[in-house]
Amino acid sequence: MMDPQVLERHGLKPDEYERILRFLGREPNLTELGIFSVMWSEHCSYKSSRVHLKTLPTDGPQVLQGPGENAGAIDIGEGLAAVFKIESHNHPSFIEPYQGAATGVGGIIRDIFTMGARPIALLNSLRFGSLDAPGTSRLLEGVVAGIAGYGNSIGIPTVGGEIAFEPSYAGNPLVNVFCLGIAKASDIIKGVASGVGNAVYYVGAKTGRDGIHGATMASAEFDDKSAEKRPAVQVGDPFMEKLLLEACLEVMRTDALVGIQDMGAAGLTCSTTEMGSRGGAGVEIDVSLVPQRESGMTPYEIMLSESQERMLLVVKRGREAEVERIFGKWDLHASHIGEVTDDGFLRVKNRGTVVAEIPNRALTDEAPVYRRPMEPPDYLAEVQRLDLESLDAGASTAPGGASIAPSSNAALLSLLASPTIGSKRWVYRQYDHMVRTNTLNTPGQGAGVVRIKGTDRALALSVDGNGRYCYLDPYRGAILAVAEAARNVACAGARPLGATNCLNFGNPERPAIMWQFARAVEGIGAACRALDVPITGGNVSLYNETDGRAIYPTPVIGIVGLLEHADRVVSRAFRKTGDAVILLGEGRGELGGSEYVKVVYDLVRGVPPAIDLAAERALQLLLVALADARLIRSAHDCSDGGLAVTVAECCFDTGGVGVEVSIGGVEVSRRAAVNCAAALFGESSSRVVISAAPESVRVVLARAASAGVPAAVVGRVGGTAIRIAVGGTDAIDVPVDECERAWSTAIERYFAQKVA
Amino acid sequence: MATFGVIVFPGSNCDHDAYHAAKDVLGQEAEYIWHKDTDLKGADVVILPGGFAHGDYLRCGAMARFSPIMREVAAFAARGGPVLGICNGFQVLLEAGLLPGAMLRNRSLKFQCEHVHVRVEQTDTPFTLACARGQVLRIPIAHGEGNYFADPDVIARLEANRQVIFRYTNAAGELDAAANPNGSASAIAGLCNDARNVVGLMPHPERACESALGSADGLVIFESVVQSLTSGALVARA
Repeated sequence: MMDPQVLERHGLKPDEYERILRFLGREPNLTELGIFSVMWSEHCSYKSSRVHLKTLPTDGPQVLQGPGENAGAIDIGEGLAAVFKIESHNHPSFIEPYQGAATGVGGIIRDIFTMGARPIALLNSLRFGSLDAPGTSRLLEGVVAGIAGYGNSIGIPTVGGEIAFEPSYAGNPLVNVFCLGIAKASDIIKGVASGVGNAVYYVGAKTGRDGIHGATMASAEFDDKSAEKRPAVQVGDPFMEKLLLEACLEVMRTDALVGIQDMGAAGLTCSTTEMGSRGGAGVEIDVSLVPQRESGMTPYEIMLSESQERMLLVVKRGREAEVERIFGKWDLHASHIGEVTDDGFLRVKNRGTVVAEIPNRALTDEAPVYRRPMEPPDYLAEVQRLDLESLDAGASTAPGGASIAPSSNAALLSLLASPTIGSKRWVYRQYDHMVRTNTLNTPGQGAGVVRIKGTDRALALSVDGNGRYCYLDPYRGAILAVAEAARNVACAGARPLGATNCLNFGNPERPAIMWQFARAVEGIGAACRALDVPITGGNVSLYNETDGRAIYPTPVIGIVGLLEHADRVVSRAFRKTGDAVILLGEGRGELGGSEYVKVVYDLVRGVPPAIDLAAERALQLLLVALADARLIRSAHDCSDGGLAVTVAECCFDTGGVGVEVSIGGVEVSRRAAVNCAAALFGESSSRVVISAAPESVRVVLARAASAGVPAAVVGRVGGTAIRIAVGGTDAIDVPVDECERAWSTAIERYFAQKVA
Repeated sequence: MATFGVIVFPGSNCDHDAYHAAKDVLGQEAEYIWHKDTDLKGADVVILPGGFAHGDYLRCGAMARFSPIMREVAAFAARGGPVLGICNGFQVLLEAGLLPGAMLRNRSLKFQCEHVHVRVEQTDTPFTLACARGQVLRIPIAHGEGNYFADPDVIARLEANRQVIFRYTNAAGELDAAANPNGSASAIAGLCNDARNVVGLMPHPERACESALGSADGLVIFESVVQSLTSGALVARA
């Protein structure tokens, strides 16, 4: 009987060990135990999440590849496919921010080119603790530098993303990275091993002792000893990956390849078993043939290493020399380490002696699946209560100020200066967002937009999440996240086509966390169905906890949308003085979970905004139609900070052009000041601020009416101030310059002393 | 019709962009030339593109100078052929000794990607002859090590010989410390060799050839070399 301590170190539960015994009909040796432990880790097996993920919509006429492969793919016309996926690298980034983030980027890029697609854009979604808290700036600096160091070097532009700061992420930052690639729809390549006797090749970096049990680490909580796990983080080499990328794409242009997969989590173990399993075949390798960076490595270490920049290929028999020649051109050595077999086993040899022999299905399809207990968290009822009557909309921001107007001005400036809302220029300036000369909408303009050379088309991409909303109501929060990502894409003029999700949650063994997870997945499913954006893949990251405190439940959604005419792309900023400002959608003054309540009152309370998915769908289709007809000059969705922040942001990067807006009031409390704040800063969903030439207004309104989308001219672009009246009373009047200064230095000021 | 030869080092990543600007935007011929090749495939003008040649884990460009094709590039330059090094290509030219000086890390110690303004200082090079002297171009930079450095006597010689071709300025074309993005000596963004046919610059003109990308100000640099070749001002075929 295996020592219980050995089992515990491998993260295996006693009943899981019993299961291993049944599969093998004998005791596993240590190498086999290691293989089971990584393949059955939460990270690789999705054992807690699988039953829920199965409920997500994954079909649609546009879907070329759904979940289960290295990445998803959708049809974007002209024989082309958009291949994309989002993935987390939270745990490694906390332990070693630069390398953790860098290798996250490297991993997602490999997933994309593995499918035969050339990666053309990256995005990222980052969450940290408060920037005021000690250590946050160091983490942010390291993560951003890591993303930049890898993406810039390999030459794939980072065209957008999002960053939020909340104390809940202080001990567990989130680093989610998204990559998009383009392939010929007919040439998508899969991670399969088939054809008995075909050669199994290993290409790329040598195998070292780095990252052993990385997948197991990613499936455990953090505590004060986590720093001791540093050796489990890998080191990235973007140059090696650039060579692999170019060489693999060149190999894929031949038809010598059967299948290919990168060695990510669980390294050689995961790639051999998954490829064999997908192809209904077995794979036999000899670890002594694996290129090694260190001497004396055991089969256990070689199988479990997570050294970066390695690929596993299955090559058609007789075509080996051709493949080796292409890798040789790029100074890469392709090592023939094994063969495809017909027995469905993963068989590992060391100099000819079998050291592990496990049926593939035991490691993949028949890995444990748990239907874990769920129960609504205790905190919910309490935090969902937000007493608007007790909010003093005058006192908090303008001590001594009796009138409403100055406090609204101050609240707007505070919101614009909050790092979650403020400009992310300090961050994206470090990312090469222009390389490959396709970027039509650069970061900070809403969704990132990249054109597809050789066609008229462009793709708009957005990643969005809102942990605070999901903490207050995971179902509604998840719906709002999907809706926001799709709306951002639609604001650029693109029709949302497909989605990928990254689900960041705490310890699933706690019923409250599992409940959050299940509710969020239900919300994602409902929203994706209603908005016609099937989920094509993604990633689940559980155990995001430190010392027993979980992060906010944080599903992050990536959406890809299509512009049939790249030159009709729309972006955030107002374009022309005299243009009409039109509000699509209706404000209901919803302050629950808002950035306003958090920034001004330091409260995370209330119920997130309601959403009608049919109305949201109508709004998005209208935006696409208006852009396609060239009827609008800018579009920006209302999210954090509500209408006032949205209108202000439309004025930024225009050289100081202002706006005059007048909106109706709302009645959400007995207090006039609270009602005013709710109209300005409430975060009611399904709203977009657009601008249009005066002569286009009539048509825009008519189109909106026939689409059933509420629309009203609320103002005009011009002047040098942001002026907003609520219910006929002036509420906000601040010079654009002053607002833009607050906004543009929101993050920069934390690093000001370090910038020359 | 001019033929642009775009050198591809392992780790080059703006090779596609230079090729696209020359071929698809300008309608000229373009060829990729692999760094292990030993001939320039009949190129009339050679571009060393941006990127991270050989990963740039050592000094930027320090390994690329040893690539076999660099012997041909040096010979082509010695014959008077026009050579343009962009960003990493500029760094390679410095390491190869085809241009004087060296690059330090940006003053911010961070990679910076943004549009900047550069002023055309001299128009008697193949890459600026279609420019007006003092013309201000809005072109992006994207580098971590673009802080140009040389000994004061080298800078003095560059100035005396009018070898400083581009300088960072504000939008009005005025020198301004705040408009020098990386701390370069004398705000140098680009320079040429003694013979004026080899030009290196840190900003990326190939990223500024189409207004859809935010600026088409870089186009004039490519148009200049086409004009210089077709007008017969330069006749040095590979």
